[in-house]
Amino acid sequence: MSNDGQPAQDPLIDEAQEEQRRSAAARLFDLRRVIGGLFVAYGVIVTLIGVFDSAAEIDKAQGVRINLWAGLVMLVFGLLMLLWQWRRPAEPPAPNEKQPGT
Amino acid sequence: MDGDGLRLNMNGLDYLILALYFVTVLGVGIAARRAIRTSVDFFLSGRSLPAWVTGLAFVSANLGALEIIGMAANGAQYGVMTVHYYWIGAVPAMVFLGIVMMPFYYGSKVRSVPEYLRLRFNRPTHLLNALSFAVAQVLIAGVNLYALALVMQALLGWPLWTAIVVGAAIVLAYITIGGLSGAIYNEVLQFFVILAGLIPVTVIGLVKVGGVNGLMDAVRDSKLGEAGLHAWQDTGSTANPLGAQWIGIVFGLGFVLSFGYWTTNFAEVQRALSAKNMSAARRTPIIAAYPKLFIPLVTVIPGLVALVTVKGLGAESGDLQYNNAIPLLMRDLLPNGVLGVAVTGLLASFMAGMAANVSGFNTVFTYDIWQAYIRRDRPDDYYVRVGRWATVAAVVVGIGTAFIAAGFSNIMNYIQALFSVFNAPLFATFIIGMFWKRMTALAGFWSLLLGTLVSLSLYLLYKGGVIDFNSDLEESFWGAGLAFVTAVVVAAIITPLTAPKRDAELRGLVYGMGGVDLKGDVLAGDAVWYRSPVLLGVIAVALAALFYIPVF
Repeated sequence: MSNDGQPAQDPLIDEAQEEQRRSAAARLFDLRRVIGGLFVAYGVIVTLIGVFDSAAEIDKAQGVRINLWAGLVMLVFGLLMLLWQWRRPAEPPAPNEKQPGT
Repeated sequence: MDGDGLRLNMNGLDYLILALYFVTVLGVGIAARRAIRTSVDFFLSGRSLPAWVTGLAFVSANLGALEIIGMAANGAQYGVMTVHYYWIGAVPAMVFLGIVMMPFYYGSKVRSVPEYLRLRFNRPTHLLNALSFAVAQVLIAGVNLYALALVMQALLGWPLWTAIVVGAAIVLAYITIGGLSGAIYNEVLQFFVILAGLIPVTVIGLVKVGGVNGLMDAVRDSKLGEAGLHAWQDTGSTANPLGAQWIGIVFGLGFVLSFGYWTTNFAEVQRALSAKNMSAARRTPIIAAYPKLFIPLVTVIPGLVALVTVKGLGAESGDLQYNNAIPLLMRDLLPNGVLGVAVTGLLASFMAGMAANVSGFNTVFTYDIWQAYIRRDRPDDYYVRVGRWATVAAVVVGIGTAFIAAGFSNIMNYIQALFSVFNAPLFATFIIGMFWKRMTALAGFWSLLLGTLVSLSLYLLYKGGVIDFNSDLEESFWGAGLAFVTAVVVAAIITPLTAPKRDAELRGLVYGMGGVDLKGDVLAGDAVWYRSPVLLGVIAVALAALFYIPVF
């Protein structure tokens, strides 16, 4: 595929490209915080349920303390999401300009 | 296992987990609102999203109602052969979309799949595709909604209409407010919640049957028998659970149906168009291919577990239909707590599927029908408003079609078959148009129209009893194949008789015409080898082939 020149022009698309210059997409929040938050909450709730599970519940799950395990896994996953976001914050998206090297 | 009643024993904590999810989903929609100023923000997330987000949304958009419930049902009914829907029926097409087709979609800056047809061919082709896509999305959204309501009714005892209205209202709210960003962000969240719901069912199911070896032994003793554990072994004839020969699986499912669905379905492609640059757009379907490789673990395995543990599974009607494989396991195996997560996961999957249809619809309706044919040259804000109203309309009509769907017992199979057949001629038209620059605008129109009519006629003749096939599946293989051939033949006949488009008009749209810049908008870090679309794609296809070895 050659790199020369621009794709074919179309008025509707050009208008949309023009409008995109005032895009507010850069204000979009970071999704990792939401996923992390929800899973930490789920992890805490389900782990606590697991700690207090009765024999009947454990028997129902074929002897596996599934609430405890699932809760802990969700908690760890949630924390990892938050850690990822904290360690590597999102670079602001700049769709119209080329970004210099970081 | 008393077999009667699917009702789950949900307690307050389970409902707390469900409520937390609803609040989060709505919060995501509201928080995404501040990132919307232009129509491109509303319909394409301002083309700003990173590849992992669009990739997970891409796979999540496909993890709808029919997918999870239906693939577990197929697992119970057809056994391991169900993996064909993933490893040959999805992964190669997703990789092809990313490597070969995405440069034309993303590079030409089209805002939708129908818009590509307008640039490559002409306005009639565009309008035909825009209209059929819009109608299909609303119908499928209705079927998703109805499936959601059925499950909620069975599991939680909610009345049908309450479940339909609640499900619709939440999806409506977060898409109307948050636009495509609201939909995509929630799809990624839903992806993880769906997995969090399905993994415990799978793990405990496996523990119950004594691990993978125990499951294999039990399947050998079940009504599927040894054949239920093999994907390819008996495909020399139709004497296998799926009733399909290898040639039908490879060309019908693996090529025409799968490429038709994954490469031209705007509800999917839209996720990639919202990526922040060419590299991210190309990686979107390829990143999605990796989870897709593993999803059979949490659908087919629960299906098989249900087959061997739920006595009487496979009834024609009632609680023991194959479709209830996963709900039955949830009822029998999950204690409160993970039960709430699993129910939330099921709900999340319905919402992901429906949101994909609705956000695909509002974009095509606004850009490809309203702006192109009804109200041109209005300010950009006007089209954002149209998009919001189109969302409301889609959901309201979706509720209507959900109630129509409620009147038919088997409509989901029919609609799936019908629309999978619609995709085949579209794919043929695309693939010829993308690689043969001589193909003319008129040829594009007639290929699409006649291809669709041929597959539709075959379907109607089959339903009317005039032509006979072994199964619905076989009919859809043949319908798709015939539609594909028709489109090719029509293109070959009409093209020489009509005037070609000028080369300048085809730049960036057709292979070999130039105008596609794969590197121009590249971000720092995208050049590293592990972000190469081609490398990632080749590994995904190789893994799909490898995964077949233990279940050959």
